[in-house]
Amino acid sequence: MPSTTNELANVTPMIVARDIRKRFGVVEVLKGVSLEIAKGDVVAVIGPSGSGKSTFLRCLNHLETVDAGEVLIAGETLVSSDAAGVCRYAPDAELRRICRRMGMVFQHFNLFPHLTVLQNIIEAPLTVKGLARDAVVPKAEELLRKVGLFDKCDSYPARLSGGQKQRVAIARALAMEPDIMLFDEPTSALDPELTGEVLRSMRQLADEHMTMLVVTHEMAFAREVSSSVVFMDAGEIVEARAPAEMFSSPAHPRTQAFLEHML
Amino acid sequence: MDYIIEILGPLLQGTAVTLQVFLLTLLLSVPLGLGLALVRVSRFHLASAMVNGYIWLMRGTPLMLQMLFIYFALPFVPVIGVRLPDFPAAIVAFVLNYAAYYAEIFRAGIQSIERGQYEAARVLGLSYGQTMRRIVLPQVVKRILPPMSNETITLVKDTSLIYVLAMNDLLRAARGIVQRDFTTMPFVVAAAFYLLMTLVLTWGFHYLEKRHAVYDE
Repeated sequence: MPSTTNELANVTPMIVARDIRKRFGVVEVLKGVSLEIAKGDVVAVIGPSGSGKSTFLRCLNHLETVDAGEVLIAGETLVSSDAAGVCRYAPDAELRRICRRMGMVFQHFNLFPHLTVLQNIIEAPLTVKGLARDAVVPKAEELLRKVGLFDKCDSYPARLSGGQKQRVAIARALAMEPDIMLFDEPTSALDPELTGEVLRSMRQLADEHMTMLVVTHEMAFAREVSSSVVFMDAGEIVEARAPAEMFSSPAHPRTQAFLEHML
Repeated sequence: MDYIIEILGPLLQGTAVTLQVFLLTLLLSVPLGLGLALVRVSRFHLASAMVNGYIWLMRGTPLMLQMLFIYFALPFVPVIGVRLPDFPAAIVAFVLNYAAYYAEIFRAGIQSIERGQYEAARVLGLSYGQTMRRIVLPQVVKRILPPMSNETITLVKDTSLIYVLAMNDLLRAARGIVQRDFTTMPFVVAAAFYLLMTLVLTWGFHYLEKRHAVYDE
């Protein structure tokens, strides 16, 4: 099985980002970021706050528009730039179809407060995919069992702890059967004692060979679960390496300084 | 007591007129207000600006003036000029006016929904329309119930303005009897009627708020 995954990976990477540039007003938050992620890779993006790592993630699924650069998702072009530097997005319908291949988990969960846990999970399969309720509910229940929250089916989000909310958010994203999961600081809004349960669900996903891009401050997660670690600072990727090397012998002084500070 | 029963008939007739104006206005102006609000927050800048101008016009002039204009002046306006009988003229004025106020309440509600809700809906693949219908508006309803209740209670009392078109609403009926019998008793009874109507509304909105309180935010 792993060899097949690798062969596929050689053919088309799941995510290709080339020279992504983005500015907010006068601030250049992304100064030409390039990254390739193969199928089944778990890539942790680390770096100081304000380094542009969340913005980069949000550029991949069109929550932010890029100023220049190219994004391909499983070989399909989300956005490309011509020689003159004018970037062109795919037509609306195609854009939405491509973006649907990516699930996303937010720092602040963003669960729908007026819907129960189960309703949160089945909402998109029902309205977006137009699936029948009978088909969707068992799947949602299975996902809830997987994240250990089956007993919370009928609870509203406000009744859940932060860790439980984030696990529901993971289940909600998985219900759309994405090929890629994007995590934007999934444990940053949690009390320290609640991060473990969320990281466990993420580790389980990684074990199932989900392609994952995780912006995180959890160095332990980056070290133990990821297949490669990307260090970003001041809008650019400083270095990207296997976790063992990144944490034992970072090449760049900026990486060294950051890791010394974090560990 | 006998006197009160004696004047009850005409006052109830007045109440019927008041309730008709109230219910028709409510029924028509709330959806219109929602529509206006959706245009107002949309990315169609020209349409949004036009709605903005409309709201300014409707909130910036007295409802009574608008009613008088639609009844007396509209027939002489070229192209759109139509002569409306008194009741439809009143309803049109009320609906146009109240839609503007309701639109602002809806807009406040829509804009109070966090950006994260839109983003979560979008990454799940929901279209803008689906996001509004399934995610945003259901949450908006809960948040705007108190100001909606406020505005709707104001509407009950504003219906008394239709007397300028010589229609016999509750207040005009009461005033007629006061002038005929030289007693202020009909005013007291009319006040009781208004209070009763707003009490029912208060209960209604209270019930809606409780129903929407099944979830916290």
